[in-house]
Amino acid sequence: MNLLDASLLAWSRAQFAMTAMYHWLFVPLTLGLGLIMCIMESLYVKTGNEAWKKATQFWMTLFGVNFAIGVATGIILEFEFGTNWSNYSWFVGDIFGAPLAIEAILAFFMEATFISVMFFGWKKVSKGFHLTSTWLTVLGATISALWILVANAWMQFPVGMDFNPDTVRNEMIDFWSILLSPVAINKFFHTVISSWVLGSLFVIGVSAWYILKKREVDFALKSMKVGAIVGLVATLLTAYTGDGSAYNVSQRQPMKLAAMEGLYNGKTNMGLVVFGILNSEKKSYKDSINPYIFKIEIPSMLSLLANRDINSFVPGIKDILNGGYKTLDGTVTMSFDEKHTRGKAAIQSLADYQKAVAAKDTTAAKNQKASLKQNYAQFGYGYIDKAEKMIPNLPTVFYSFHIMVMLGFYFILLFGLVLYFSSKKLIEKANWLLWISLLSIPLGYVASQLGWVVAEVGRQPWAIQDVLPLNAAISNISSYSVIITFFLFLTLFSALLIAEIRIMLKQIKKGPSES
Amino acid sequence: MITYSFLQHYWWFLISLLGGILAFLLFIQGGQTLLFSLSKTEDEKRLLVNALGRKWEFTFTTLVTFGGAFFASFPLFYSTSFGGAYWVWMAILFCFIIQAVSYEFQTKPGNTYGAKTYRSFLFVNGLLGTFLIGVAIATFFTGSDFIVNKGNITSQLAPVISSWGNEWHGLDALFTVRNLTLGIAVFFLSRSLAVLFFVNRLNHTVLEARSRKYLWYNAIPFVVFFLVFVIWTLFSDGFAVNPVTGVVSMEKYKYFTNFIEMPIVLVLFLLGVVAVLAGVIGTWISPKFKIGIWFAGVGTIVTVCSLLMTAGYNNTAYYPATPNLQSSLTIFNSSSSFFTLNAMSIVSLFIPVVLVYIFIAWRSMEKNRIDIDDVNNDEHAY
Ligand code: HDD
Ligand code: HEM
Ligand code: HEM
Repeated sequence: MNLLDASLLAWSRAQFAMTAMYHWLFVPLTLGLGLIMCIMESLYVKTGNEAWKKATQFWMTLFGVNFAIGVATGIILEFEFGTNWSNYSWFVGDIFGAPLAIEAILAFFMEATFISVMFFGWKKVSKGFHLTSTWLTVLGATISALWILVANAWMQFPVGMDFNPDTVRNEMIDFWSILLSPVAINKFFHTVISSWVLGSLFVIGVSAWYILKKREVDFALKSMKVGAIVGLVATLLTAYTGDGSAYNVSQRQPMKLAAMEGLYNGKTNMGLVVFGILNSEKKSYKDSINPYIFKIEIPSMLSLLANRDINSFVPGIKDILNGGYKTLDGTVTMSFDEKHTRGKAAIQSLADYQKAVAAKDTTAAKNQKASLKQNYAQFGYGYIDKAEKMIPNLPTVFYSFHIMVMLGFYFILLFGLVLYFSSKKLIEKANWLLWISLLSIPLGYVASQLGWVVAEVGRQPWAIQDVLPLNAAISNISSYSVIITFFLFLTLFSALLIAEIRIMLKQIKKGPSES
Repeated sequence: MITYSFLQHYWWFLISLLGGILAFLLFIQGGQTLLFSLSKTEDEKRLLVNALGRKWEFTFTTLVTFGGAFFASFPLFYSTSFGGAYWVWMAILFCFIIQAVSYEFQTKPGNTYGAKTYRSFLFVNGLLGTFLIGVAIATFFTGSDFIVNKGNITSQLAPVISSWGNEWHGLDALFTVRNLTLGIAVFFLSRSLAVLFFVNRLNHTVLEARSRKYLWYNAIPFVVFFLVFVIWTLFSDGFAVNPVTGVVSMEKYKYFTNFIEMPIVLVLFLLGVVAVLAGVIGTWISPKFKIGIWFAGVGTIVTVCSLLMTAGYNNTAYYPATPNLQSSLTIFNSSSSFFTLNAMSIVSLFIPVVLVYIFIAWRSMEKNRIDIDDVNNDEHAY
């Protein structure tokens, strides 16, 4: 068996990416629409105005349809770590398993319990109890997001662990540093708040359609206002936390930052690429071809943003692979070749350690353990044979990042306009703005998906940054098995997605008065 | 005194308990297999779907929690079994994916494939889901063909530590008759529990009478297959672990010995079985007896929990590897570190809180038994 069998790795990645992206089609709407629903029901309980109740119930129906398919696509992800990344599951399961279990215990049960009160309890429980249940359902969804994002953030920035050569795995030594890692906190806020953006876009888009159709106008105006306020606040916060994300990336995953900005050669006073087109002639980081055909830059801005210092040095791909530049704390970085050598030495020490233990040679075991410890920081590099493999797919990461950011600024403008027009009571006449709102719904999905593309494609080839590359994370199964399940999932999820979209459209057509 | 061994036992207990709760909650799946036979009219069908539909998330979530808890507490099981017995687990997951949308979508306009398709999904979930979970659990007693070699991590070409011994990747469990008997037993158990649930929850004379009749057809095969599995297992060789060397060997009547050496587990097991039988028999004898589900439900939890405890406690390998005995997983060699088990144990203290709010929410929702007017009056009915 040769696990560098490229096709097994490729299909396993494709399967995870596809199932995760499907899951992520539904999750942000759950989080975003959920918040808006909670706000509307709170307004109903506070004002006693039945119109708010009707609005809540309408959005809740759509929420339910979306939620069901979110659950359906979630269960597979939970088990895919075991089925497709079994080596990963052993190597870091001691740390990674915990947030998943906590998510299930603390969050999923909360949702499962209160969602049934929320849907079926309108006539059975008091107004206050019902409102609490709605909030708890959405809180449960948000807590679930917290734990899974803690798990994901840990892969990008592994902390709170120590390698144990006897069990041959990484073990948790500090729970709080995992939960409270700056990457985890920032990721949580950026992801959840950006989901509120998507929810708001959905609400103003659907409301705009009613106004264009001159149906349910009162309901639509009310919803539009809530959507625009939540959306504007959320987009501003998304930009703010997005900045925090990029800062974290630059400090901890410089290769990802280089890919996001298309940087081959580092320099001080690095400019920020606002808009750029990459040059497809550029084949290798070693050639001297200009990576851009065209770019607009804000001078020195990237240095400022990435290191909080306008004069700072921002490394490019070449610098990272060749090493030798100084990081902010003054350490001089190693070249890829050196890391690879040390990584191989670490793996060799582990093998020798195991032999020494088997032979009951305690001195040798002690020595090997010490040399393993010395090189463990580069352990994962031992599995990567070529410097080129360190570079993630640059155009994918670059364009995804830039489109996401551009959309972020566009959404600020859009929500600003919608809010202005609705508060001046001009929105009913502004057909152009209504059309733009309606057509912007898919853009929220685009931005949200691209965010994950940046985060996940950008971290390649690592499953866990610097510790475990994907080719060592995989399960020992045939690529045919994965190909078959890939297409089964693709077919099933696509069939369900079609049904979901059609149900949503039917419910929207029916409108709040009839549903 | 919290020792590593204590935590390993504690977490095996929680896994066993979750397994028990899951087995009980599979009554939802059992009910789904009755949709086409127990109910004759569309109203009856809707009533069944809605009675089950307010609870299905709990079974689903318990399954997810079962996976998550296994991952956190015994990661080597999670990686070896899921990555090795790929096809069995994938089949189980597919059964649950199609369930998750089926309640919500089935009566909604625009659902594209029609109510019947979604109800067939529910049927498939009920049929295969229960059977396959039963088969998978049986392998805790019968063994599977895999190898674990942690030394592999130092091989740069093939660093994977667990591999399955054959190309069936878990489907091989279906070739062992003892596994099949447990699969069939779980299937009939879930249906027996479902009819007890209907007797308890539905306000519908025809369905109630029919449910009582159906109890016969399901409880008897359940008892037969379950007894066959249990007796067969008690008198088979089991997978014993030497506590000092960790060496795994076959031992005669190992599971029987485990019961004898752990009398509390034995008593729990017997009490559980008695409670299940009491729930079933009470429902047969008296037309007024409607709380059979409570006896049988609690009985199922306790029985399955104690059965799983005999698989992991008393120096037994809970996930045996045949023929490579020394690869077998025990609660000692497959668990998380002391630190993680300890941290997770603190988290587990929240479980009572979860149970309390589930109780409060259900009590407020379940004051009356459900009838067809309920369903027709509900804006969110399925
Ligand atoms: C509506 C969706 C949405 C919008 C408008 C934005 N993002 Fe975003 N972004 C996401 C949705 C998203 C996401 C899907 O939620 C990601 C994927 C993973 C994650 O943590 O969040 C993400 C990831 C992500 C990452 C990678 C983080 C990592 O690798 O850990 C960066 C650097 C940014 N975002 C930056 C931004 C900036 C500067 C934005 C400017 C306004 C922005 N995002 C808008
Ligand atoms: C690989 C990562 C992920 C795994 C393993 C995973 C797992 C799951 C599972 C098992 C469910 C079904 C829950 C149920 O039983 O009710 C689910 C649903 C959901 N997940 Fe994910 N998920 C992942 C990614 C995410 C992310 C990144 C987020 C949010 C930021 C998220 C938030 C949610 C939400 C809000 C739901 C809605 C339905 C529900 O919670 O029941 N998930 N996920
Ligand atoms: C509109 C709302 C935004 C606000 C209020 C904001 C604010 C800030 C602030 C205060 C800093 C710290 C500067 C320092 O201390 O020197 C910063 C840094 C940064 N921002 Fe933003 N930002 C916003 C949007 C963005 C966007 C859209 C991007 C997208 C590229 C971005 C990228 C960055 C980066 C990469 C840094 C790195 C730190 C550095 O070099 O100083 N920010 N931002």
